[in-house]
This record gives sequence, C-alpha cells and structure tokens, in this order.
Amino acid sequence: MMRWMAHPMAKPAGFLLCLLPAFWLIWAAVVGDLGPNPAEALIRSLGDWTLRFLVIALMVTPLRVTFDWSWLARWRRMLGLFVFFYATLHWLSYVWFDMGLDVYAVLADIPQRPFILVGTLAWLLLLALACTSFNQAVRWLGAPRWRSLHKTVYAIAMLGVLHFFWMRAGKNDFAEVAVYALLMAALLGWRLQRFLRMKRA
Amino acid sequence: LSTRPSGVPGAQTVEKVTEYRDASSYNNFYEFGTDKSDPAAKAGRMKVRPWTVTVDGLVHKPRTFDVDDLLRLSALEERVYRMRCVEGWSMVIPWVGYSLAHLIREVEPMGSARYVEFETLADREVMPGLRSGVLLWPYLEGLRLDEARHPLAMLALGMYGEVLPNQNGAPLRLVVPWKYGFKSGKSIVRIRFTDKEPKTSWNVAAPQEYGFYSNVNPDVPHPRWSQATERRIGDDGGLFAKRRKTLLFNGYEPQVGQLYAGMDLKKFY
Repeated sequence: MMRWMAHPMAKPAGFLLCLLPAFWLIWAAVVGDLGPNPAEALIRSLGDWTLRFLVIALMVTPLRVTFDWSWLARWRRMLGLFVFFYATLHWLSYVWFDMGLDVYAVLADIPQRPFILVGTLAWLLLLALACTSFNQAVRWLGAPRWRSLHKTVYAIAMLGVLHFFWMRAGKNDFAEVAVYALLMAALLGWRLQRFLRMKRA
Repeated sequence: LSTRPSGVPGAQTVEKVTEYRDASSYNNFYEFGTDKSDPAAKAGRMKVRPWTVTVDGLVHKPRTFDVDDLLRLSALEERVYRMRCVEGWSMVIPWVGYSLAHLIREVEPMGSARYVEFETLADREVMPGLRSGVLLWPYLEGLRLDEARHPLAMLALGMYGEVLPNQNGAPLRLVVPWKYGFKSGKSIVRIRFTDKEPKTSWNVAAPQEYGFYSNVNPDVPHPRWSQATERRIGDDGGLFAKRRKTLLFNGYEPQVGQLYAGMDLKKFY
C-alpha cells in the first residue's frame, strides 16, 4: 500500500509541491495579478495557506495511526515547518505591506486589533517550535519535555481559528471559519479521545 | 450619459481617478456575497429596468419615480468623489447624477420630517447573499434630513460617464462622500422620510462598531482597527504603495463640517 511514498524522490517532490502556493503568489505579485488590492490579497492568501498547512500537518498522526501508515511519520516535521514558513510570510507581509515596515505602527496595531494580537502570539509559538524542530533539540530538552513543548501546536491551532474568526467578525461572515473550526475540532478531538482511551487502558 | 462637470464645491478633485476595472470589480454588495469579487460575478442577473423608487413617509407629495423620471429630474453632473470604505481602503470615482436635494424638493418634506431612510433591493431570486444571515435584509441606511439635503449628498445614476454597472448599485444609488462607503446604499427602491432616527443594517448588526453617523474620522478608531490611514486602490507602487493618511470627513470638512458643529464626534460615531 502506498509503496510509491517510500520512493526516495517522494519527499523532495512533496517539498516542491508545498512550495508551489508560495511560488504562485510571488509570481502573481511580480506580474501584478493580485487584483485591485494586492497587499490584502497577498496577506490573506498567505493566511489561508497557513491554516491549510496547519490542518495538513495535524492530519499526519491521525492518518498514520488509523491506517497504519508508518511512512507518514517522516513527513511530520517538514509539514510542520511549512506551517511556520507560511505563517512567517503571512506575518512579514502584514508588517511590510500593511504597516509599511513601521515598527511603531505595528506596536500600536497589535493591542488595538485583538486578531492581530492572537495571530502574532500564534506565530511566536510557531517560532519556538520551529527553533526546536531539529534532532539535536530533542536531545537537549529531553524527549518528554520536547514532546510537551510541541503539544503547543494544539494551542496554535485554536489561536489560528480564533484569529480567523475575529478577522471575519468585521464582515459578519463565518462560513469559512466554520470549516476550519470543524476540521480543527475533529483533529484535536481525535487526539483527546485517544488520550482518554490510553489513560483508561 | 451626457453630463457636465459639477459646480458644487468639493465635487471636483485633481487626484488620480481609480481605474474603471478596479472600481467595478472590487465591491462590497453583500446581497451578492461577502467576497469583493462576488458582486461583479453575480450582479449581472439583477434586472434594473423597469425600476421604480417609492418616496413617501412624512412628505406632502409622496411619489413613485421611474428611472427615466429620475434621469430627467435634474441636469446630470459629473462629480469626482473620494470613496473611503470602513475597511480601510479608498478610491476616487467620477459619479454621474445630481444632489439628492433635487429629489427631496420634489416631494416636499413636512416640517416634522427629521430623517431619511433608504431601502435597497432584496430580491431572493437574483441575490444569493440574502440567504445568509450576515445582515438585516432589506439593507437599510439613513441620513439626517440636513445631511441628505447637503449639496454633496448625491443621487448617482452613472459612473465614468456611463450608466452604473449592476455591481456598483444600478440603476441608482446614494453617494455620501464624507461618510464610510456602507452609508451609500446601492440599488435603492424606497426612500422614506421619518421623524425618528431610522434603523440601519450595520448598526443593527454591530451597534458598537457602526454608528448611525459613520462619518469618516481618523481620530475615531473602529473598536477593532485604526481608521487613521487608508490604502488607495491603484496607487503607484502596487504592493509597495504606502497607506495614506485618512482625512476628517474624508477631506470634505470645509463643506460639511458645520453639519456637526458642537457634536461630540466620538459619541456620535
């Protein structure tokens, strides 16, 4: 089953596939294909991709366990780092294209808009996870502590959805937010149920 | 449409006019969906002829106008207005129409009339956005009578020298350039004169965020974001264009400031 996933080229191919949205957005920005409000289009698309990769990364363990796809474990770190990659581009493009690289404007904006505060907090947590994503970090921290630290991703998922919810609250439009909220709830719920079951056993 | 440049003070500007393509493809018209591209994609099905507007309430001569009546009611003027959206972006649009005051004069408001309510089309057949509970439908907006009578408050039937595209509020809409864009109702079907401040859709949806007045004001932030700056659509530099400083009453303070003399603009936001 899924033997092609074991092919040595599978991961490099996946890596390039994960980069495609970024390449596509940069290309659209260069040729001026981002529409009437390019800054808004770029920032929002990068936010969308951050949420999508967060969902994909959180799907790794449930899929691996449910279908016994042990090969998926090799993908987890890369997918997690892509969440960080898109979150970083998202945050930087907000600071650059929305705030004009004005540090004081950013510092004034963060407390004024709760969704910016929540998003920035989520990005800082992702930064901590990205900084401890290499093998040596597990040895330094010790496996139990490393694992607890990386459970922060569940908080990041909730902050990400809250960030999106508050952003859309201005438009009173929650249809897409509901999709992500349901996906995250399912992915976190699966873990909670598994945790409770293992505790009982 | 044949027009002449408007002589109303404030109705001309030397600023660069927004590209027609941008002004007609980046719209908020929630009846067609909440995405900016929804109105241009979906408003084509709205039938804008025949179309009538009922003007009633506290007036001596209530009347129903046909679009053709309105096209003849007064000479069509071209007015280049800044348009500032509450979301923090702006455009410069050459509208075609005339002061709303001309229409108001026709129906002779009673002495007791203090406010004007604007009701816009809510047709489930052609407006998919009405199925969502995002806002109170039909979309309602309102002005104080003296605001509605101000020469800059405009009844627009066209833009860029042509009739309005559906997504911009065909066949007729309000344009109140010193207020946030949502105050300028699109595809109006009824205008009612009242003695009480009318309910307005955004105010009902979020009273702390969208006040009845909603005058453009850089010093009164939206509870969740600053209104101090704006992004001008189509500014040179594209992605790298700097945001501009937002002006009090969207730069129309010399013309409309006296309407609010003595009012606390932070309280009456």
